[in-house]
Amino acid sequence: MAELRGYKELPIGAIPFRLSTDYKTGDWRALRPVVDHNKCVKCMLCWIYCPDMAVIWDGEKILINYDYCKGCGLCAHECPVKAITMEPEPTE
Amino acid sequence: MPKQTLPQVPIKKGEPAYKLWIFEPGWKGELPLILNPRQLAEQKRPALLPGHRLCAGCAAPIIVKLASFAFRGPTIVVNATGCLEVATTIFPYTSWAVPWIHNAFENAASTGSGVEAAIKALKKTGRLPYDHVDVVIFGGDGGTFDIGFQALSGAAERGHDFLYILYDNEAYMNTGIQRSGGTPPFAWTTTSPVGKVIPGKQQAKKPIADIMVAHRIPYVATATPAHWLDLMKKVRKGIEVDGPAFIHALSPCDRGWRHGTELAIEIARRAVDTCYFPLWEWTPETGYMLTDRSLAIARNPSLKQPIEKFVEVQGRFKHLLKPENRELLKKFQEYVDMVWEDLLKRAVNTPK
Repeated sequence: MAELRGYKELPIGAIPFRLSTDYKTGDWRALRPVVDHNKCVKCMLCWIYCPDMAVIWDGEKILINYDYCKGCGLCAHECPVKAITMEPEPTE
Repeated sequence: MPKQTLPQVPIKKGEPAYKLWIFEPGWKGELPLILNPRQLAEQKRPALLPGHRLCAGCAAPIIVKLASFAFRGPTIVVNATGCLEVATTIFPYTSWAVPWIHNAFENAASTGSGVEAAIKALKKTGRLPYDHVDVVIFGGDGGTFDIGFQALSGAAERGHDFLYILYDNEAYMNTGIQRSGGTPPFAWTTTSPVGKVIPGKQQAKKPIADIMVAHRIPYVATATPAHWLDLMKKVRKGIEVDGPAFIHALSPCDRGWRHGTELAIEIARRAVDTCYFPLWEWTPETGYMLTDRSLAIARNPSLKQPIEKFVEVQGRFKHLLKPENRELLKKFQEYVDMVWEDLLKRAVNTPK
């Protein structure tokens, strides 16, 4: 520490200022959810339960945003018609 | 600082997939409470943005997300230290689409009181551009049962108008699974290890929601993310009442409870089905009222499942299933039954 600062010089607090959407959590994933649109009954439970806001409803069908999906498998487990399956990540 | 934009995802109908909650000055009215899931998906966006670094399969963001669907307008979120705080605001990133403040571990309720008092003062002098601004506090079980309890009790006694949502993952998960006042008996944690000497935690769980009922605040409820409609309705009621409100939400933690990442909602559902975590709400006018699945179990006791259903999917309880520990499992069942029977006696809508 170079010098001691009084309370008037200290900053008020830390302000996190960048949106966390810049940070892609998708690379945490080992298994990826894949939606079978023929089986999907559009009950929205995956959209409601997804902890990472990675399930998106575009007005007609369910999309998965693989930028943020951490691959927990909650959507596949909660799907009442088993339209979502967890498949291994494709390897290049 | 470069201008930041939210990721664009093609949406044919409804709002963009991710948005910041911005209310123009002079905004009036109330956001509707939508209970139809498809309308919800088209019209509502959560207050938590993706990219937060909570574990895969954590239930805390589900609780925050569902609670934010029930916000009624401009809302300020206050956060106690805990998993939710450290993982959503890793400097310089923030995952919150609403104004957010964190101060210290023990004083989330006091910070919330201060925010609420400032809102009141601005309103009195005509400097608040909205007709109402709500304060919602999220605290973990460490920051509520143990460390932040004094601040919470004081804020409830002073009668500040806030909603305190406790997401209860039943130990200090953020620092490495140490026991807290919210840990149930016989649960394994790193500071109540299972071995030859002790079979996990030896004390009972603190009845935090009943303690808040004893403060005679306008609204107290319990909820789980699995019963999402129930949770949203309760959050809306808690925001609408004039005065402090408290919601105790169970939040399964895959790291600390030692279960698969896909099981969080299943375990929350089993916690209610086995009556380990009954769903109820309390107001001074009505008294205890069972809701949702717990009311169904009270009406038809054959729906109640044995505690093994809740225990068998969790690694922290795996020692209870060993043949030599059958006595402990029986004791745990008796403890759960005792809490449930006690609640049935007090609830006003129990079928007699």
